[in-house]
Amino acid sequence: MSSKLLIKGGRILDPANRRDDSGDLLIEKGKIAQVGGRLSANGAEVVQAEGLWVVPGLIDMHVHFRQPGREDKETILTGSRAAVKGGFTSVLPMANTHPVADNRGAIEFILAEAKRAGLVNIFPVGAVTQGLQGECLSEIGELALAGCIALSDDGKPIRNTKLMRHALEYASMFSLPIIAHEEDPYLFEEGVMHEGHASTVLGLKGIPAICESIMVARDLELLKLTGGRLHFAHISTARSLELIREAKKKGLAVSCETAPHYLVLTDEALSAFDANFKMNPPLRGEADQKALTEALKDGVVDCIASDHAPHTSQEKETELDTAAFGIIGLESSLGICLTYLVHKNILKPSELVARMSWMPAKVLGLRKGTLSVGADADVTLINPEKKWTLRSEELESRSRNSPFIGWEFKGRAEMTLVGGHVMMKDGKVGRD
Amino acid sequence: MKKWNRKDLLGLEDLSGEEIRLILDTAYSFKEVLKRPIKKVPSLRGKTVANLFFEPSTRTRASFELAAKRLSADTMNITAQESSLSKGEILKDMARNIEAMKVDVLVMRHPASGSCSLLAKALQSAVVNAGDGSHEHPTQALLDLLTIEERKKRIEGLRVSIIGDILHSRVARSGIWGLTKLGAEVTVCGPKTLLPIEVEKMGVRVTSRLEEAIEGADVLNLLRIQLERQNSSFFPTVREYAQFFCVTPERLQKAKKELLILHPGPINRGIEIAPEVADGPYSVILDQVSNGIAVRMAILFLVSQISQTGVKDVLKTSH
Repeated sequence: MSSKLLIKGGRILDPANRRDDSGDLLIEKGKIAQVGGRLSANGAEVVQAEGLWVVPGLIDMHVHFRQPGREDKETILTGSRAAVKGGFTSVLPMANTHPVADNRGAIEFILAEAKRAGLVNIFPVGAVTQGLQGECLSEIGELALAGCIALSDDGKPIRNTKLMRHALEYASMFSLPIIAHEEDPYLFEEGVMHEGHASTVLGLKGIPAICESIMVARDLELLKLTGGRLHFAHISTARSLELIREAKKKGLAVSCETAPHYLVLTDEALSAFDANFKMNPPLRGEADQKALTEALKDGVVDCIASDHAPHTSQEKETELDTAAFGIIGLESSLGICLTYLVHKNILKPSELVARMSWMPAKVLGLRKGTLSVGADADVTLINPEKKWTLRSEELESRSRNSPFIGWEFKGRAEMTLVGGHVMMKDGKVGRD
Repeated sequence: MKKWNRKDLLGLEDLSGEEIRLILDTAYSFKEVLKRPIKKVPSLRGKTVANLFFEPSTRTRASFELAAKRLSADTMNITAQESSLSKGEILKDMARNIEAMKVDVLVMRHPASGSCSLLAKALQSAVVNAGDGSHEHPTQALLDLLTIEERKKRIEGLRVSIIGDILHSRVARSGIWGLTKLGAEVTVCGPKTLLPIEVEKMGVRVTSRLEEAIEGADVLNLLRIQLERQNSSFFPTVREYAQFFCVTPERLQKAKKELLILHPGPINRGIEIAPEVADGPYSVILDQVSNGIAVRMAILFLVSQISQTGVKDVLKTSH
């Protein structure tokens, strides 16, 4: 490939610059060189983009790549392939690997593997506490030096309130946001699904909505005291959203994300006892789902992140009580959002791009998520009208635990460029 | 008569009132067999029924085994202690192995809700739920229905109270479905901590006052309280549970004269039921045990799909 690429005639959607018009985009030496209007090729390779959206590369700020430790579920390479297939140019793998990413060595290993895979920008999240044990802080300063841009014990809540206070205080010295997985361990106990009428009928142990919101409330109280940056992972309940809405009004430095599955599925889906509908937080009731949709519209939900959580089939094709929590999402996220948010007129195209690219970049302090001149040429080309079906055999992820296999969607990524390089084209993954 | 067309019996939630009626009518026919000097019919000759029990059970397993034998099936029992699941084998693999031995019907009890549905989807053999977690225990509810109907000559319009640990009870859930589908009015009663959320949406009245559950009731179904629940803050002590929820002769003074008391067993005397009540005139606990065999014969017979002849024809050939 030449070092110049001209993307011609697409609809350029760049919420950071309030741009939504058709025009050309020139990429030179891995950076955005010119945007808008009609540009001449001047020796650049030309990509025809009529009918396509040209958007800043999508950022999934919540994935699990399982390497090191559970390479049978996913590796940094297979996860990277799934990411670019789904239109993502940057991802944040969580720290709950084996060993835990709570030290410089582990982070450097992940970065080295990411470089070797060479497909997608990987920003590893460092653990807040050593071994995710919730007892002692990780060497947060070292993690920052190693390249971490956020901290999280995701997968586990930080149950010790004093420790959470210190984490917020200490991380703020390095300007690192804490991504909180909110769950009261006592209310959670051995829960399997949302506590509600469906759990009552199915005889499955319930996880009450308040299990999440009570911890959201606690951490907002802490944030008021400590300052610092707090981001709530995978928010799933109406009450959590109310609390976050209030906090934002008061000007607290707080943000949150939700995952596509909470927007299109409810707890009723568990009635077939299929563990591909088991995740944590669990699929909630209709009222929660409605509140999430509203909060996405009005901006209380800043970001959409997939919580891509690969598991082997033997961990999923089992009784719900023992099945693993979580589903893969990198390859379905955009399709779900286009089909159920944009085509249903819940979000405008530019709003969706903001939730999936610009806002995550802002939350994380990344200089990405925009098509400004001089920005890294991370660009996704989206065909919003393309009808397609999610097929198990076509997944790039090493795992198959998705409840969306067999679903038909409208809209998908046609091309993913990372740093000016084509990493995915027409569904085919591979560096140009 | 409506034909049975299900491979499995997983619960009563999915069944129509008509299907439940068909099971009960079939069970009445088998009750007649059980009164004969030779209590056996050849209906399932050449068929194999495997009992897979992952939880301790004496009466349900014995009842299924006897039911299968009365139908001339070959039976096989596999219990959790002998099973290879403890060696890390997943349930589905184990069941497939059993199926490969050409087992026609798998009767399973398992501590996880939904485990029978999981098997039913994976196997061609018929699967009969003998209790899955806190989800359903359909044959128990069916034998309760049979016992009530025998005594009361109807189900419709009866007032039935289910009392005890509703939250963890598969007997309660199957009971609610079966009774309400046949037109009974159901009340559930227990400490607030043991009443599942939004249970009223299942079409039942809810109370935590035992007097309210007893007054005006035609039938009480008392559930076994599991003693370990007191260790996880559901109620303070067994002693206090009994103080407020034990059905005693004194508490029955305001009850209807024709009251029936059921209990799925095994009973905790002096905890959910006073000994005088368990052994008293209202109690039909032993009828339940006898009816359990007839109901399970009916289920095994129906899921085995003995040709398309009705049960009457099959019974005729046995003479």
